[in-house]
Amino acid sequence: MIQEFNKIWKPYVIGLVWLLGLLWPLLGIHPDGTLSFGRTMTVWLYIAGGSFVCMIVYVMNQSGALKGVSEPLSATWIRASSFSRTVPTWAWLMVLMIAALLLPVYTSRYTQDVAINVLIYICLGLGLNIVIGLAGMLDLGYIAFYGVGAYTYALLNTMYGMPFWACLPLAALFACIAGCIIGYPTLRMRGDYLAIVTLGFGEIVRIILNNWMSLTNGPNGILGIEAPSIYIPGFDAGLSFELFYLKKLHFLYYIALALAIFTVIAVWRLNFSRIGRAWESIREDETAAELMGVNTFLLKLLAYAMGAVFAGLAGAFFAARMRFASPESFTFLESAMVLCMVVLGGMGSIPGIILGVAALIVLPEVFREFELYRMLIFGATMVIMMLFRPAGIIPAKRVGTRSEEREG
Amino acid sequence: MATEPILELKEVHSSYGRIRALKGISFKVFPGEIVAMIGANGAGKSTTLMATCGIIPIDQGEIVYKGEKINGRAAETLPPLGLCQVPEGRRIFPRLSVAENLELGAFYRRDRASIDQDLEHVYDLFPILKERRKQQGGTLSGGEQQMLAIARALMTKPKVLLMDEPSLGLAPLFVQKIFDIIHDINENAGTTILLVEQNANLALQAAERGYVLETGKITMQDNADTLLNNPEIRKAYLGE
Amino acid sequence: MDYFIQQLINGLTLGGLYALIALGYTMVYGVIQLINFAHGEFFAAGGYVGVILLSFFAGLGYMETHPLLCLGGAFVLTMGYCAFLAMAVEKVAYKPLRRQSRLAVLLSALGMSIFLSNGLMLTQGVFDKPYPSEFFTGGFEFGLVTISYMQIGIMVMTLTLLIGLNILVFKTRVGMAMRATAQDKTMSALVAIGSNRIISLTFAIGAGLAAAAGIMVGLYYGSVRYDMGFIPGIKAFAAAVLGGIGNITGAMLGGLIIGMVEIFGAGYISGQYKDVFAFIILIAVLYFKPTGIMGENIDDTRV
Repeated sequence: MIQEFNKIWKPYVIGLVWLLGLLWPLLGIHPDGTLSFGRTMTVWLYIAGGSFVCMIVYVMNQSGALKGVSEPLSATWIRASSFSRTVPTWAWLMVLMIAALLLPVYTSRYTQDVAINVLIYICLGLGLNIVIGLAGMLDLGYIAFYGVGAYTYALLNTMYGMPFWACLPLAALFACIAGCIIGYPTLRMRGDYLAIVTLGFGEIVRIILNNWMSLTNGPNGILGIEAPSIYIPGFDAGLSFELFYLKKLHFLYYIALALAIFTVIAVWRLNFSRIGRAWESIREDETAAELMGVNTFLLKLLAYAMGAVFAGLAGAFFAARMRFASPESFTFLESAMVLCMVVLGGMGSIPGIILGVAALIVLPEVFREFELYRMLIFGATMVIMMLFRPAGIIPAKRVGTRSEEREG
Repeated sequence: MATEPILELKEVHSSYGRIRALKGISFKVFPGEIVAMIGANGAGKSTTLMATCGIIPIDQGEIVYKGEKINGRAAETLPPLGLCQVPEGRRIFPRLSVAENLELGAFYRRDRASIDQDLEHVYDLFPILKERRKQQGGTLSGGEQQMLAIARALMTKPKVLLMDEPSLGLAPLFVQKIFDIIHDINENAGTTILLVEQNANLALQAAERGYVLETGKITMQDNADTLLNNPEIRKAYLGE
Repeated sequence: MDYFIQQLINGLTLGGLYALIALGYTMVYGVIQLINFAHGEFFAAGGYVGVILLSFFAGLGYMETHPLLCLGGAFVLTMGYCAFLAMAVEKVAYKPLRRQSRLAVLLSALGMSIFLSNGLMLTQGVFDKPYPSEFFTGGFEFGLVTISYMQIGIMVMTLTLLIGLNILVFKTRVGMAMRATAQDKTMSALVAIGSNRIISLTFAIGAGLAAAAGIMVGLYYGSVRYDMGFIPGIKAFAAAVLGGIGNITGAMLGGLIIGMVEIFGAGYISGQYKDVFAFIILIAVLYFKPTGIMGENIDDTRV
């Protein structure tokens, strides 16, 4: 163990010293001409302490000292997973479904609120996953489609009084069109450039929404959007229908649940379809796919548009739930958050993404006191995930296998 | 000839992902020698040189230079020790001038006077380079680029020079000149040379000893003359 | 006509600043083919450390007595700080991922960008932080055209830095090593150039230039914000691409063009949509001529 420690203590200490040097000017130099070290040292000691613990754990792990704990744990894990494999998948899904359906009955408004958030971000995450995880394109302007969907419903409802259910497919349609428009020029570009260009487009959409006062009311947003409504049959004076607004939270929850289930099933079917295989081939090696006769451009456009569709649906729901839409909700930071969820959970893996979304929405709620540090932790999480586990917590299982891996 | 090898590889294994490129290579090079390594395309010749120079990591085995283990060391620490390579495909810096390419050969050296002297010497050897010294490297012809690559290697004042296919794609006149220079620096400066070539004839005629590399393993080693006259070698590599 | 000249002056000033930031993007892309998303944050950090130092000097009273000396000191210290920051970021977030996929490095860069900007927010607050620009007011007037001392100062400083960079890259040994590393890393190692060091140096220089731009932006517009790196970062990237990514002269040219387009666009077309012009140029360049004006300088086959 000393050997492992020796390898790492020098870079570790140097790193801490650098951290102190970089931290102090931001915290210790004051405009009244004084220099202080108190606050800097407090912050630095917190970080040093925490990282020291991590370092010790790391060293112990590398040198095998933790085998007493990790081996029984992994043994239990293996036994648990083999047990869970004996239970058929449909049984798990039944349990999950029942739990999801009964959630509003047994939980508070607050929990339902969080649950709705989780469901909506599942739609967004799975939609983004089609673009990133399945087709391998980094889209940083994804939230623009969310915005298009939201504003579609917002405008159609406030200007023409169209009901939610009619606008839902229209929102998907407009988002899809936006996807095609944005996708057409950008999809010919290389990976790194694609990322920045989609970022640029996302920003352009936001700026347009923010500045086109006559249409979108600019930064003030659109108010007074109606909630989803259905007609309830009444039998008082013959058969009559009454318009009923689904304003109550549990109604919204069930709508969100339906959207999420729809998204999961759609993405799952796509993943295992011929289209999904073609996307996988593009992700793995685009040139090879092209040579094999795969129309890469059309498929990439399809992936992009499909991803946009799910964002559009989620966006329409968002507008209906909030009853208000403004450009502030569709910033790059939102795109980055969805990206973080996909990356954390596991690109291309449906259970992984659901886990990622849940983690990144529920955990900040649990640790409400650390609200300020939320984005900081998100950023650090992305870096740490890339460094240690780029495939995500629950990595995607490949649909096909590589020939080298089969031959062994 | 001294009995201690100046460069030795011991049971070196190296792989690209799942593909094993070198499967236990062992050979020795003694000071002042010219040693040839021949083999077909893909046999692992370039991989051997790149592994020796620390560009490619090795999985097993040892690389010993002047009695010290050098595997695992950063590649840039080796030229100051005298171990240099002229890699395959010339690899001159295309958007630097000829003069800058040469200067870079002497990058690790600080002795300005001596560097200038070597520059003069190199310009004497290759007058065409002196003529084109302000031109960008990428605009030179194939043969000129190879001259530049070798001249640059000379600027590094090598004790052991690894050469990867110096004759590839060159007109016979250039090839002759290059091999003249190889002999020149070997005899006059005492530079040890490890010559990797697909052109087995040329390599074995220039060298004193030879190794034959096949799919990552050394299958034969002997004096160069013996190898030249070996019927198997003649059939496989000398086109008979 | 006067309006035109005024916009020209404004455009040159802004363009020079974009050029400084663009150089960082282009140089880093030249050596390791990475779009450093976090580069905009070096610009922001520069703006912050600059204001911290200048306010500190003001508190000590030195700004009244020796404003230019304080400014010079602030520049040197800030550029040094950001150089170290960039080297740290490279060591932590990019170097370990050198053999991974491009997507992984890109995501790491993105994460780093979010981390840094939020780090600035947590240590320095969410509100705009004002620069002590009152020490540097005044200028020349030619009828309706004004050129402030600050604009002159910015142009002079920018020009000096650009010339300095040119000398460094094209006339020194180190610069030659940098260019060699960008063209062929393996061969550079074979002539004893340590690519790790060169990469660190490239990051440091790029960040230093961005930091200088950050201070100047803070002085020019009067304040800095923790998220000030985001949009200028994209515009500077657009400038780098416009000029030809990897090409230093291209980045300088691209910066000037983007600055001009933004100012003239805001002046003659629409002030609200001024940010959009740079994005449009970026998309247009990448669609029609991805190699940019001066052409890319990337040898794809050389590792």
